[in-house]
Amino acid sequence: MLDKFVYLDNAAASRLDDRVLEAMKPYFFGVYAVATSEFGYSQGIEARETLDKARGIIADVLGASHKEFIFTSGSTESSNIALKGVVLALGEKKGKHIIISKIEDFPVLHSAKALERQGFRVTYLDVDNDGFVDLDQLRESITEETILVSIQHANQEIGTIQDIKTIARICREKGVLFHTDATHTFTRVPLDVKEVPVDLITVSAHTIHGPRGIGGLYIRKGTPIAKWMDGGFQEFDLRAGIENIPGAVGFAKAVELVTPEENDRLKAMRDRLIERVLAEIPSTTLNGDRWMRISQNANVTFHLVEGESITLHLDMRGFAVSTGSACFSRSLEASHVILGIGGDHERAHGSVRFTFGRYNNMEDVDAVVEALADVVRELREISPLGKD
Amino acid sequence: MKFPYSEKVLEHFRHPRNVGKIKNPDGKAVEGSPACGDMVAVYIKVDPRTKRIADVKFESYGCASNIATGSIITELAKGKTIDEAKKVSWKQASKALGGLPPIKVHCSVLAVEGLRSAIQNYEERHGLVKDRKPTTVEVVRKRLRKVINPVSGLSLVRANLVKDINVKDGNVRVVIDLPANHQFASAIKEEIVEKIKHLWDVKKLEVEFTE
Repeated sequence: MLDKFVYLDNAAASRLDDRVLEAMKPYFFGVYAVATSEFGYSQGIEARETLDKARGIIADVLGASHKEFIFTSGSTESSNIALKGVVLALGEKKGKHIIISKIEDFPVLHSAKALERQGFRVTYLDVDNDGFVDLDQLRESITEETILVSIQHANQEIGTIQDIKTIARICREKGVLFHTDATHTFTRVPLDVKEVPVDLITVSAHTIHGPRGIGGLYIRKGTPIAKWMDGGFQEFDLRAGIENIPGAVGFAKAVELVTPEENDRLKAMRDRLIERVLAEIPSTTLNGDRWMRISQNANVTFHLVEGESITLHLDMRGFAVSTGSACFSRSLEASHVILGIGGDHERAHGSVRFTFGRYNNMEDVDAVVEALADVVRELREISPLGKD
Repeated sequence: MKFPYSEKVLEHFRHPRNVGKIKNPDGKAVEGSPACGDMVAVYIKVDPRTKRIADVKFESYGCASNIATGSIITELAKGKTIDEAKKVSWKQASKALGGLPPIKVHCSVLAVEGLRSAIQNYEERHGLVKDRKPTTVEVVRKRLRKVINPVSGLSLVRANLVKDINVKDGNVRVVIDLPANHQFASAIKEEIVEKIKHLWDVKKLEVEFTE
């Protein structure tokens, strides 16, 4: 057993903050009733008030009213509701065309593909070499038939932050609904629905040291959306099912614990990793924009080596990271994001993502850079490539 | 700690045996490509008298199972006659490694194919091909299945890039449906030449591009 374990995959899942757990505990053991109506029994009323308070705290971060925010089981469900719920509500009255970017995370990408199989037309917008959506192509792609545009706030793999304000305004001017997946930016990159005309926002607790299994969807008042899960009348009659009150409380607590100072700390770790890796390890390429990227993400391709070998070597030395290599993925497909930004398969196979969190520090950064330098050198020594 | 591989695989992954190139090898082969995520090169030296593999080395660009399999096949092949070494199978390699995950068959089978191809390359170069089947369009096509287009990660055959194959009196002509100024045209051509020119009855080989 190694004496230290350095976890650098915080975008996939993050350690629960102890304070979040403490906030949740009373709702497992004390107030564990379902949220009743205001005419229910006292514990049920308390549960409902707790739920609404949590809802208010989270909606507040987005500048939204608490009535415009529903809890879900996580960002996958939120994005499914956003895309399929709008489509269901609008029927075929307006049209059958949807626009997304080609580097969306799987919930949006695969929801769009599912709709495509049902006869919808989907435009997959190109992105440039840093991952920015082509705004002219967006303008040109919107037609009378378009019912929804879904473009992520920031990318899950390479961290590039989109010009969400301009994108939202383009959609608003053309009268098309706009959804954004803000899983990796929520609480860290400001997004206020009073300033940005976005209609639907996917958020989640699992990336900010909150509990897993709870997320949410902002739905601007008046947005046509069909009920997703049939059953009772929970979540403003939009998503049935007994509410996850401990989860909601934990989500709200996690939101409150994110501070601008922490963001600066994450950014400093990110910058140090990027600067050291690019300076000290030959043949490396940063994936994603250098500056317009989320504070917790670094993604680098180590050319002429394969990512699964890097992650396994790092794992044996006590570091957890992820890679866009086909060998690492369940589908055995190379990262659609690296290919989307114009990278070839070799660039995808050698890409490694580092995502920082509350429980990392500068020592972790230095340790992983030093381990990487060794691992990459050793793997290049046994590689048939790049020696001529 | 829990790792996705057996102890033995991890051991070979961490300390691969017989790594490197052999200068002026008697036989060599490259299987896979950077595009498909795994690539292995195998070099052999053969004792001309005993026909035993005197030395074997490998290089790998790939995941753990590719590296470990490359390592184990060098151990399995060393000292064997080329006829024995040809029979080293993926099953044997996998067994010697304490088992490989089924999903990683593709990555690990490359190393086994690499060894076989290196021996075949040795036999072709030294006029030792016993089973002298004439080179036909089908034989050429089969070899082109192993040439990968780095852009798509697919073989030239699967990507429908083989426009024409012509074989006549030992003259082989291959037309690839890519522009000659394509960024990987020269790399693809080099791989085609390597895979076909050593066939025992090939006298002349032309590789052409469509534009």
